[in-house]
Amino acid sequence: MKKHFITAFLAGLIFGLGLLLSGMANPDKVLSFLDLAGAWDPSLALVMLGAIAVGVIAFTFIKGHSHSLLGEPLKLPAKSELDARLIIGSLGFGVGWGLAGFCPGPALVALGAGEAKAAVFVAAMLAGMGLFELIESRKQPNR
Amino acid sequence: MLIDWASFTPWTALSGGLLIGLAAAVFILFNGRIAGISGIVGGLLKPQRGDSLWRVLFVAGMVLAPLAWLAFSQLPAIQIDAGYPLLVIAGLIVGISTRYGAGCTSGHGICGISRLSPRSIVATLAFMGTGFLTVYVVRHLLAL
Repeated sequence: MKKHFITAFLAGLIFGLGLLLSGMANPDKVLSFLDLAGAWDPSLALVMLGAIAVGVIAFTFIKGHSHSLLGEPLKLPAKSELDARLIIGSLGFGVGWGLAGFCPGPALVALGAGEAKAAVFVAAMLAGMGLFELIESRKQPNR
Repeated sequence: MLIDWASFTPWTALSGGLLIGLAAAVFILFNGRIAGISGIVGGLLKPQRGDSLWRVLFVAGMVLAPLAWLAFSQLPAIQIDAGYPLLVIAGLIVGISTRYGAGCTSGHGICGISRLSPRSIVATLAFMGTGFLTVYVVRHLLAL
């Protein structure tokens, strides 16, 4: 098996362990962070801080490279304009996040922990993503 | 603002965050890709030749993380208060809007901000803003 398949699995595994350890995989804790007007739990701000601190080092290192350390082509988003899709999509995502306390990664981890409710959320999320593909393919039939 | 000091877990939050950052670092350094969960999962729904296995393996790693955790320790609490109808609505919204917005908490919030992408900074401010607002409306205005 090619090495980058192993690192893909490891990255997912480490990501999942980090979500568990940090408390992000627990919707109750996520909602306590999002509830500024209630008893506010600031923990998740530190999750972002820790993750970005390491991320900055890696992304700064790789900047200017065309390939990864395993020789895979570097795929960074090329778009730079702030379009309506980005803003409306992100605004909508926050609403869905705030309703249940789940974003995509933590939902997958909670699913792996055997939570039936997480399985329902993930199924609905996949349906939503499928709906997006359907709408997009109708808009551009030759895509 | 009232801080719930009893629930505040700075050390596990920070160390969990470092692990998440490490995962994003591994993924960009070795795979050359952004560890954005919605993009990785969403790409599986429009499969392209030679572009699916790494996605499946990344997702498998995430889903198996609790099992790996269990080999060493008890799982931390996962409390899901939302009922099934709300979970379906929230899941649908998260699914469709993260694809329109080209990212979620991981791709925009962690990777995007780490590489100082203006799009990701705007996206993160947008979803954090509506996240705070939604919880305010649900918990304090509607008092559900």
